[in-house]
Amino acid sequence: MKGNIAVQVDDLTVAYNYKPVLWDIDLEIPEGVLMAIVGPNGAGKSTLIKSILGILNPIAGSVSIYGKPYEKQRELVAYVPQKGSVDWDFPTTALDVVMMGTYGSLGWIKRPGQKEKKLALEALEKVGMLPFKNRQISQLSGGQQQRIFLARALVQDASIYFMDEPFQGVDATTEIAIINILKELRKANKTVIVVHHDLQTVPEYFDWVTFLNVKKIATGPVKDIFNDDNLTKTYGINYKVSIQE
Amino acid sequence: MLGSFAVLRKQSLLGDAISHAALPGIAIAFLITGTKDSNILLLGALISGLIGTFWIRGIVKKTHLKSDTALGLILSLFFGFGMLLLTYIQKQPNANQAGLDKYLFGQAATLVESDVWLMSLVTGFCLLVLLLFWKEFKILLFDADYTKTLGFNTTFIDVLITSFIVLAIVLGLQTVGVVLMSAMLLAPAAAARQWTNSLGVMVFLAALFGAFSGVFGTAISASQNNLSTGPVIVIVASVFVLVSFIFSPSRGLLFKQIRFIKNRRDLKLHKTLAFMYHIAKTHDNISHPHTIKILNNFQGFTKRTLQKLVDKQYVTLHGSNWSLTKEGFKTASNLYNQQSDSHE
Repeated sequence: MKGNIAVQVDDLTVAYNYKPVLWDIDLEIPEGVLMAIVGPNGAGKSTLIKSILGILNPIAGSVSIYGKPYEKQRELVAYVPQKGSVDWDFPTTALDVVMMGTYGSLGWIKRPGQKEKKLALEALEKVGMLPFKNRQISQLSGGQQQRIFLARALVQDASIYFMDEPFQGVDATTEIAIINILKELRKANKTVIVVHHDLQTVPEYFDWVTFLNVKKIATGPVKDIFNDDNLTKTYGINYKVSIQE
Repeated sequence: MLGSFAVLRKQSLLGDAISHAALPGIAIAFLITGTKDSNILLLGALISGLIGTFWIRGIVKKTHLKSDTALGLILSLFFGFGMLLLTYIQKQPNANQAGLDKYLFGQAATLVESDVWLMSLVTGFCLLVLLLFWKEFKILLFDADYTKTLGFNTTFIDVLITSFIVLAIVLGLQTVGVVLMSAMLLAPAAAARQWTNSLGVMVFLAALFGAFSGVFGTAISASQNNLSTGPVIVIVASVFVLVSFIFSPSRGLLFKQIRFIKNRRDLKLHKTLAFMYHIAKTHDNISHPHTIKILNNFQGFTKRTLQKLVDKQYVTLHGSNWSLTKEGFKTASNLYNQQSDSHE
């Protein structure tokens, strides 16, 4: 295991109404890993991310980022929401959306200026969307919209990235582009946590994995714990996956 | 202006609920003070409008009801209560009560100079806040969850926007009235959305449309006897919406239809050209003449498409033979490459 703990979650419990969605989750995510959160639909994967980020209010539990409460460490954390969570018919351009990533460091009232624009353009370049900077966002393809969201998080220049299903509904080209960026982030010792659906690609893309189904089933290096036993425990059916070495 | 935000939040009906919720406020303000001073009555409207709005927010947050249900519930509850109070007031042996019902349908003619001053003042204030918090409003409207992760207090921004919508509505009550106010809020915004893809331009256009409907509507109603101003203003605003829906260049129905027809025609032309290209490709000389009869095998071929290709100088005709020009060959090969690109 590498040195620092980037994200630590203690006793996290979340419920909508009476039914618990997440039950007593303890989680330690070491710095510099590329981690997948996997589990069936309704297992609470998105809820876990949203609770860590304070978008949802947990019933119990605490989250710390590099040893301090999340509220004090916000600028170290960037979030890529599910693509479907916003209205893409909103009247704005790709560049404008990416600029939103700078709003946090700007704080209240202050307007983004040349410096922020430069940062946004650099991020667009990284995700290969520079030619589309002035495009109305409704006229982008699903994959392009996803890349815009990724660029918006990159602008924040955070240490920890939470991404909610960044590969959902994107074509192979975009998927490869995104995973390359994620691997680059890991090279820079950033921590990336991804809600992921495609079990086949877990060993290829990620080095760390968390199995989740309301409770935490297992967490650790992919090569140690990504096995049929844990998959069966998580998905409840006899799951066989051949792991490529 | 503020209507833009309501439209983009998909809370269009909120305006309707707020304006109806303002009615009991007016009635209660009258019952307590006994005056018909519009400032005091509007203060009452503001308070009950705000109460109604935050009840709606509360209902949506705490229960499983959808927001349209909550809106409908609060709207009829407050409006019913307001009507009850109005009828109660009318039965009072007090000569002063006449004229409260002007808030139902609005009566621009009753506006006095001080009212106009108040409106300008509040509008100026709204504008100032809008400019200050532009960035925060925009990001909250687009992606509220993300805004929260950046460390902004989203509840504060939300309450701010909502309060200003309530304020705008209450001010409009005197002119357009409870029943028609939401149209005044939404129509300019809906019209403006058709013309632009930028939030800034949309808000500006909405303000322009709104102002224009106001001026124009008042002018029409003043030129005729017995035309009340509020409804005329709303009708003018609706005309803006109608025109925008039909004639807007990018989103309008008319241009969509025209583009659709043009695309189909172009596609037919391109298909014919591609077919010719395939035949011409088999010869060393691309301008080698071929008989027109070959084309008859090609489905959907007409003399008119051939004539159009000649007009575009892609094809030349020699008696009953045709041949591709250099230009035509180039266009066709580009077309072919583009198509195979987009199939990747």
